[in-house]
Amino acid sequence: MDDLALEAGERAMSARDVAVLGAAMHPWGKWGRGFVEYGVKAARDALADAGVDWRDVGSIVGADTVRGGYPGYVSGATFAKALGWQGARVTSVYAACASGAQAVQTARTQILAGLADVVLVVGADAAPKGFFRPAGGDRPDDPDWLRFRVLGATNPAYFGLYARRRMAVHGDTLADFAQVKVKNAAMGALNPYARYRKTVTTEEVAASAVVADPLRLLDICATSDGAAALVLSSVDFARRHGAPDPVRIRAVSTVTPEYPQTVLDLPDIATDSAAVAAPPARPFRAAIAHAAYEEAGIGPDELSLAEVYDLSTALELQWYEDLALCGEGEAAKLLRDGATALGGRVPVNASGGLASFGEAVPAQAIAQVCELTWQLRGTAGARQVPGARVGITANQGLFGHGSSVIAVR
Amino acid sequence: MTRQRTPVVADWFSGEGENFRLLGTRCSACGSVFFPREDSYCRNPGCAGGELAEVPLSKRGRVWSYTDGRYRPPAPYASDPEQEWEPYTLVAVELEAERMVVLGQAVPGVTPGQLAVGTEVEVVPGVLNEDADTTWTTWHWKPVNGR
Ligand SMILES: [Zn+2]
Repeated sequence: MDDLALEAGERAMSARDVAVLGAAMHPWGKWGRGFVEYGVKAARDALADAGVDWRDVGSIVGADTVRGGYPGYVSGATFAKALGWQGARVTSVYAACASGAQAVQTARTQILAGLADVVLVVGADAAPKGFFRPAGGDRPDDPDWLRFRVLGATNPAYFGLYARRRMAVHGDTLADFAQVKVKNAAMGALNPYARYRKTVTTEEVAASAVVADPLRLLDICATSDGAAALVLSSVDFARRHGAPDPVRIRAVSTVTPEYPQTVLDLPDIATDSAAVAAPPARPFRAAIAHAAYEEAGIGPDELSLAEVYDLSTALELQWYEDLALCGEGEAAKLLRDGATALGGRVPVNASGGLASFGEAVPAQAIAQVCELTWQLRGTAGARQVPGARVGITANQGLFGHGSSVIAVR
Repeated sequence: MTRQRTPVVADWFSGEGENFRLLGTRCSACGSVFFPREDSYCRNPGCAGGELAEVPLSKRGRVWSYTDGRYRPPAPYASDPEQEWEPYTLVAVELEAERMVVLGQAVPGVTPGQLAVGTEVEVVPGVLNEDADTTWTTWHWKPVNGR
């Protein structure tokens, strides 16, 4: 081995990189089966993609679902048992929509601490019909229960508030929101794992029923069954395993908001007061991305693509600004210029996004990393972003959970 | 038979008519105001913690944003599944003195079309729902120069 060449290669890596050896999904949809079955399929396919035997995995991390009963709360063990007990270190994590990022973060810290060489990360969900609803019982100390009991404020209601605010402050239009759906549906149509694989027109968006003014059914993401899994390892293990140039995770941001949280956030009934303590330099979503950029030593101008949480079309536009893809209020222009479509400067949601998948809560943040992996490997097929080298995911979990992953190759 | 009038959440609001107010708490050490009220701890990370005393919030504010609910929300929102669903308007209101945004339903009959970001509104007593023996009371936001 040429020592000099190795040294040069090392410089392109960060000591805090972990390798993505394998990535896989169970297709999103409404399949009418249990979350364990979906998770096992994704896990087995990710192990096969990595070329790793399950019995050689030192640690398994499950992203929990609150909809599968007790097995869903201890998903790490549930998946480990289904794959066949083999004595691995086991962890189960929950952080609402950010559960997948927490699972990736847990795996990464174990690898970087030298506690495990290879870690399997799995998230799966079997979603309910209709609106997400709070846990049962009479629980006036739970903000999630209160917002339904006192206000009837569903998730789409919050998305409607954000959308109206953008229209008033930034001049976004209903046509802009519809264009986000059109763009994502066009990319989702190219993704075999997406639930919705049909292109959509602005007319179809405009003809769909209003759910929460000004947003329509096709502006808002559905809830789906689905599963995603990753096999992560140390870069050394990857090299020994015959993967000298793997996709590498360089940063994982799992930050909380800073007080006072001045952006009205699900499931809160009010923001914090900024009368005494000054608001933070960056609002929460921007701070999530900023922490990832800082940790990676990578700036937004270096991105090849981004996968963001388009719970609604308007929220995707908000993410453009929070990821600093453009300045505040400039997201609609970025969209109209085609910069975030396939072939644009920085395609957003090349996977099709939540618009094409529907949300499978604990799987979704992991699925975002799967898409980055395939894009950075150059194996994303018809939706490939040419020459992709750097990607970011962004998402936010209820109750103050940041979620952003930067991957490089 | 008369129904008992009961607040949907205890101690979040009080008063009749003109004197109706949302109730928060204020920390005696740092002055931070909280709504929904914090009674056990101050959440300002720069504060060592003080006594939390009840404080009425500003009566008036300006619309930060608004939306409506075109479909029946799930439980625990109370609504009669036998009755046709009546959409209601949800308003986020910015209180200037407190520098905070507080959600609430608009008074019945106010539609999104009658609101704009910046519209001045005030808090008024309202009824959330009624069951066999209880009238559950709440707060509503009402445009000040309501059309
Ligand atoms: Zn205090």
